[in-house]
Amino acid sequence: MARMKFLCDAERCIECNGCVTACKQEHEVPWGVNRRRVVTLNDGLPGEKSISVACMHCSDAPCMAVCPVDCFYKTSEGVVLHDKDLCIGCGYCFYACPFGAPQFPQDGAFGMRGKMDKCTFCAGGPEVDHSAAEFQKYGRNRLSEGKLPACAEMCSTKALLGGDGDVVADIYRNRVLKRGKGAEVWGWGTAYGKPEKAPTPPAGAKS
Amino acid sequence: MKKLLVPVIAGSFLLLAGCGEKTQVTVYKQGQYQGKPDTRPWDNAQFKNDRAAWEKAIKARTDNQNEYARVSGN
Repeated sequence: MARMKFLCDAERCIECNGCVTACKQEHEVPWGVNRRRVVTLNDGLPGEKSISVACMHCSDAPCMAVCPVDCFYKTSEGVVLHDKDLCIGCGYCFYACPFGAPQFPQDGAFGMRGKMDKCTFCAGGPEVDHSAAEFQKYGRNRLSEGKLPACAEMCSTKALLGGDGDVVADIYRNRVLKRGKGAEVWGWGTAYGKPEKAPTPPAGAKS
Repeated sequence: MKKLLVPVIAGSFLLLAGCGEKTQVTVYKQGQYQGKPDTRPWDNAQFKNDRAAWEKAIKARTDNQNEYARVSGN
């Protein structure tokens, strides 16, 4: 199994916001928090392009690198998740993320930032699978039900693809060959261009 | 004198109780995940720790996003 990846085909995205709605509905995300959103470039001009943006679960995730409390982890499927019990809401990950994925709900009387919330690739978090705690903190865990993220599965034009990176890339390659244009995958290089960081071997381990 | 002794001893115990307080500051190790461990997506009642079954389910879903194959039935 390769790594889980998102791919948005700007040639197909019609800015319907179906992915945004699917995500909101699936995880009951609070007001002011948008795990996924649709960005339109050159809006209203000929040749405008829309792309659906969320956490891309980067190969070498900058959010993981800057987190002062090390609350991020990466699953064996390449999904970047975090432990909300550790998050202090500092916002460093927001500044580091090239996609603006980390979201901060307003918490308290003085507009303080709450704990960071972001796309989980519908993989829940470090709580018991399908538990009430997991749903409340991270949303539904579709991946452990053998399902893909709701946004990708809901996409009516299949502009947003999610799942095993190799399969998704094959689908896109085939699509580009058939239509003969639109081979640019925005964000793909930024998110997956850098190689995965090799895990640090434990002290005393043989190389 | 004995009447004074009891509140003095009780007071000293109260004061000492503060010394038994555990530190509430978390010690973080740089560069290593500090949170709770997570389970694998196939490690549940539905897939019964069968990774191959989970991968098959995910592959079927991923392939289903290819409408060229889905419509033509290839």
